[in-house]
Amino acid sequence: MAPEPRTLFEKVWRRHEVAAETAATPAVLYIDLHLIHEVTSPQAFTVLRERGLAVRRPDLTLATMDHSTPTHTAQVFGGAPITIESAARQIRELEQNCAQAGVELLGLRSEQRGIVHIIGPELGLTQPGKTIVCGDSHTSTHGAVGALAFGIGTTEVGHVLATQCLLQRKPRTLAVEVEGKLRDGVSAKDLILAIIGRLGVAGGTGHVIEYRGSTVRALDMDERMTVCNMSIEAGARAGMVAPDDTTYAYLAGRPRAPQGAAWERAVAEWRALPTDPDARFDRELRLDASQVEPMITWGTNPGMVVPVSGAIPDHQADAVYARALSYMGFEAGQPIRDRPVNVVFIGSCTNARLSDLRSAARLLRGRHIARGITMLVVPGSQQVKRQAEAEGLDRVFLEAGAEWRESGCSMCLGMNGDTVARGEYAVSTSNRNFEGRQGAGARTLLASPLTAAASAVRGRITDPRELL
Amino acid sequence: MTAPFTALTSRTVVLPAGNIDTDQIIPARFLTTTTRAGLGAHLFADWRYDEAGRPRPDFVLNRPESAGCRILVAGRNFGCGSSREHAPWALLDQGFRAVVSTEIADIFRNNSLKNGLVPVIVDEMTSDWLLAHPGAELTLDLAAATLTLPTGVAVRFPIEPFAQHCLLNGIDELGYLLSRGREIEAYERAR
Repeated sequence: MAPEPRTLFEKVWRRHEVAAETAATPAVLYIDLHLIHEVTSPQAFTVLRERGLAVRRPDLTLATMDHSTPTHTAQVFGGAPITIESAARQIRELEQNCAQAGVELLGLRSEQRGIVHIIGPELGLTQPGKTIVCGDSHTSTHGAVGALAFGIGTTEVGHVLATQCLLQRKPRTLAVEVEGKLRDGVSAKDLILAIIGRLGVAGGTGHVIEYRGSTVRALDMDERMTVCNMSIEAGARAGMVAPDDTTYAYLAGRPRAPQGAAWERAVAEWRALPTDPDARFDRELRLDASQVEPMITWGTNPGMVVPVSGAIPDHQADAVYARALSYMGFEAGQPIRDRPVNVVFIGSCTNARLSDLRSAARLLRGRHIARGITMLVVPGSQQVKRQAEAEGLDRVFLEAGAEWRESGCSMCLGMNGDTVARGEYAVSTSNRNFEGRQGAGARTLLASPLTAAASAVRGRITDPRELL
Repeated sequence: MTAPFTALTSRTVVLPAGNIDTDQIIPARFLTTTTRAGLGAHLFADWRYDEAGRPRPDFVLNRPESAGCRILVAGRNFGCGSSREHAPWALLDQGFRAVVSTEIADIFRNNSLKNGLVPVIVDEMTSDWLLAHPGAELTLDLAAATLTLPTGVAVRFPIEPFAQHCLLNGIDELGYLLSRGREIEAYERAR
């Protein structure tokens, strides 16, 4: 009898069941890679200390610092003090916790430091078939290689530190099938914004998404990471893409990926991971990629999204819409194009990989940002920064009038002091346009690096195809 | 670790907005802390205080009738966004023990259950009634998984049975996981 057909998610899940779930108890799920950072780990280490517990598998744990770290070179490398004392304390506490527990830390001045979801894949630690968790909801990014990766809270960070396991109920599966070719000027960011626009911000709750179809197969790894990254913005805890030759080409030779004979064995195993032809998903959504346009959010959650060429929708009877319009200072029916902009942010775990910076530079080369615009370009990792500098991208940004910073989460959530002022409009390549996300009273419009760069040049919301 | 969850009867505080994300529950700038204490002061900070840090008198949590309320009723999809456990910590520190909505985001729900904040998911009709009756006195019976309205109607709500068992008996999930240590070792050996 042929084996029962299974999805990619089911295969990874089953391989990590220390104990399967029962009616009374959740599954005990083994975790292959635990990424920790300075903001959501200190209270977990405190619990371990209080209970006299050690970190069970320091070798499967990797720490870095990204959320509250400064992006000014003088503060990262020059010894200038970190302005926010509580942030400096978090950094020191992570250093102490890692030293005591024997956990490897890619610290503030490490050449391999960066946003936790950028460095995992970059180092080759993020691998197909692994279970990966981190106290951060954008852990879904790592699913781009065919891992099961999801964000957890601090109590669960403590569970994984102490036992390398989590108690989990098995989620349902949602296939997002995308067919067709993305048009020039339309990026993976536009695709995922369009998907979230269709699903809504709670459409994926309780599900793991598998992104499938010819469009997804044609995406490179950076693009797949952008798509998986925002799965949580549709409410899904995880997003996955089946591993293929694009995945293996990306991982081959990376410092923490298997090498030599171990690599050959790993690839052979990974080739068995993709969803079997007759496997069933609990739900499906289909999308035609050729119809996707450059997208931008107009409201206060990522599901409030329109084509850059579109108008702000008119649903004034809905209190949520009315509140969002009022917060954003927009009117229903207004075109979003040509709305004035104050700040442009290129960065975050969604769009701060090398290809994102290349994409923004493609538009900025030989141009200057509009008068009065502040533009921050924050590479996703120190490696991305060095690679970008080797290609001269830093010169492109600086000559265009943008700032070029050290890596970190920066203005995505403004924890480190990189914030947008009250009432100002920021076109941001990050993942959340919640009220106050980039600073109290700040108004965020999420878009692709191309749209963000085009809007910086014009000082107004601009369809990047007008400048390509 | 946690005290057993006992019966809860309380008036409600109502926040009718839908999609209240964890950035609203506690903005990121308050996360540069290394403890879980005192976060209630920052709960809904940008809605609760003006630019100068003064309480906005029209925000529900600043009104006298909200004092002592332990049940928060909110619009659909409460707790979406960031995984920050500071969100349930802040709600608990403020005195809340239950959150009621038609839909509660996955990570927030998990985090809440691990801290003794009960996520109560109700149908649209019940939610509409609760949103229209701020301050209603409700009784939450966790063992029966019911929420009883002042009308006498008891609404059943879904709750993950293991989390329910842990909350009712004050069982700590980490202790349970540690008790499965042999199986974890066996799994590691078999890989």
